[in-house]
Amino acid sequence: MNTVNTQANVRDHTTMAYDAAPFAWRARSREAGVRALLNTLPAVALVAALIALWQWYASGAAIDPQILPTPVAVWRALVAQRDLLWGHTLVTLYETLVGFAVALAAGVAFAVVVDASPWLRRAVYPLLVTSQTIPIITLAPLLVLWFGFGLLSKTLVVLLVCFFPITVALADGLRAADPELIKLYRAFGAGPLRIFWSVRLPGALPSLFSGVRIAITYSVYGAIFGEYVGSEAGLGFYMLLKQHAFATAAVMAVIVVTALLSIALFTLVALIERLALPWYYAQGRT
Amino acid sequence: MTHTTNNATTASNTITAASSPDAAGPNKPFISSITGVAPLLDVREVTMRYPTARRGERAIQALDGVSLMIASGEFVALVGPSGCGKSTLLSLIAGLERPTSGTIALQGDAQARRLGRVGYMPQRDLLLPWRDALGNASAGLEAQGMGRREARRRAQALFTNFGLGGFEHAYPSALSGGMRQRVAFARSALAAGDLLLLDEPFGALDALTRAELQRWLSTVWQRLGITCLLVTHDVDEALLLADRIIVMTPRPGRIRLERAVPLDAQNRPRRPDILTHPQVASLKAELLAALLAPDGGSGETPQ
Repeated sequence: MNTVNTQANVRDHTTMAYDAAPFAWRARSREAGVRALLNTLPAVALVAALIALWQWYASGAAIDPQILPTPVAVWRALVAQRDLLWGHTLVTLYETLVGFAVALAAGVAFAVVVDASPWLRRAVYPLLVTSQTIPIITLAPLLVLWFGFGLLSKTLVVLLVCFFPITVALADGLRAADPELIKLYRAFGAGPLRIFWSVRLPGALPSLFSGVRIAITYSVYGAIFGEYVGSEAGLGFYMLLKQHAFATAAVMAVIVVTALLSIALFTLVALIERLALPWYYAQGRT
Repeated sequence: MTHTTNNATTASNTITAASSPDAAGPNKPFISSITGVAPLLDVREVTMRYPTARRGERAIQALDGVSLMIASGEFVALVGPSGCGKSTLLSLIAGLERPTSGTIALQGDAQARRLGRVGYMPQRDLLLPWRDALGNASAGLEAQGMGRREARRRAQALFTNFGLGGFEHAYPSALSGGMRQRVAFARSALAAGDLLLLDEPFGALDALTRAELQRWLSTVWQRLGITCLLVTHDVDEALLLADRIIVMTPRPGRIRLERAVPLDAQNRPRRPDILTHPQVASLKAELLAALLAPDGGSGETPQ
């Protein structure tokens, strides 16, 4: 009796998933792949059209290649200097990842501390916000002045850029925990620590990942800006070098690499998020 | 059968007190058919007043001298209009808050910590979306400090019984409202120890699912041998499920009426047509009259 009712109670799509599991899943994933391809198609077509337009315009006789090189020239510069670019990319990537990792650890720790005490929140939050009103353009030269041309000053720039979104996102996520849910687990006898670990923190993870996604897009920009201000290696350094040599095609090649790097890191975070929060995506979020 | 409202009862107290010992004197909680059995829960003279933040404002009095007893294995329903302090009473019994005055004793002990010893189930299922059904059902036990494996094993043992077999690894978002509520019930029942507090557990469900879950709850209650205190505003629900029904007044919550349901206690789940049974129908009329009677209490007292 109960089993029959149970079956009837489940929404249609779930019943389907359970009945015809392996076959249906495979068909659906292929379907999803096709749909994803169709979804990206407009963007790809637009970019291709813009590049074609650019090629047509820049290859006109009146355009100085030092002002606006053609996409083909940029591609050639990219290929010709791939070894150099790769070396500088690794430096930038290293600064980015170290700075981001420290920002993640510090941001999470900070959010937890701020969350634990309303007094600390009131004391620290205004400082945190104020720190973000200071333009990184004014701060980066100071950091280079204080910490030198090496990796440390760049890592610090990345840290400063990434720290804020991570902290705010996690602190807000923790604060948004349902008071009734907490009440329920208190009634079950759970202490504050257990409630934090098994109720509030997992519930705040989607919010944390939003912050991390913002932070990772800023991180590459932070590293490159730090290098731009003063350094001996990295994409920012190389870009400055080529700029001074009026090798515009090479500058643009660096821009392409920077963009690809940001996109790659963002995609990696999105992938980790999907693996870490399968339940969040199972709720029909796409 | 006396069809008396509270006003009538107080007016002719001497006559009705003998036949229907409801609205008992504030100092002696009424025990219906369970006299002689040590009560599992003994609530005595509980008053709850919430202070307000602003100076000069009146304190809100949620409960005023509430006394009740529940014997082991009993199913008691608490009926009252919204805002009568039913949920406050459950919070107090669960140990989430302390009463302004009065005592609450679980198994005769008024001093012991009750958090973690009483199963509590609110109206919203409050399942954790990142845990599968089995993980949610075992969450209450884990909150009490039990290891994950053992907690899941115990939850698993209930699943088939609860009509949840096959859905152990489904996320809550994939379950229907009725199934989510069953998982929530399993979570609370496993954590219950002896007493399960149900705060309008079916209030958010559609009528058909509610009827189905009422039957289900009755069966499960009988099979597990647990003690239930059900808060509801639905008199029919109370009549279908409970051994005893307590009616509360609007704020400040007091106990106005207490009645045993005149049906065979063993014959569960009760069929909905018992509601038309003459004795049950007249009890229903009495309960409704008590629920709808005007009340003198303003709910606010000077601080």
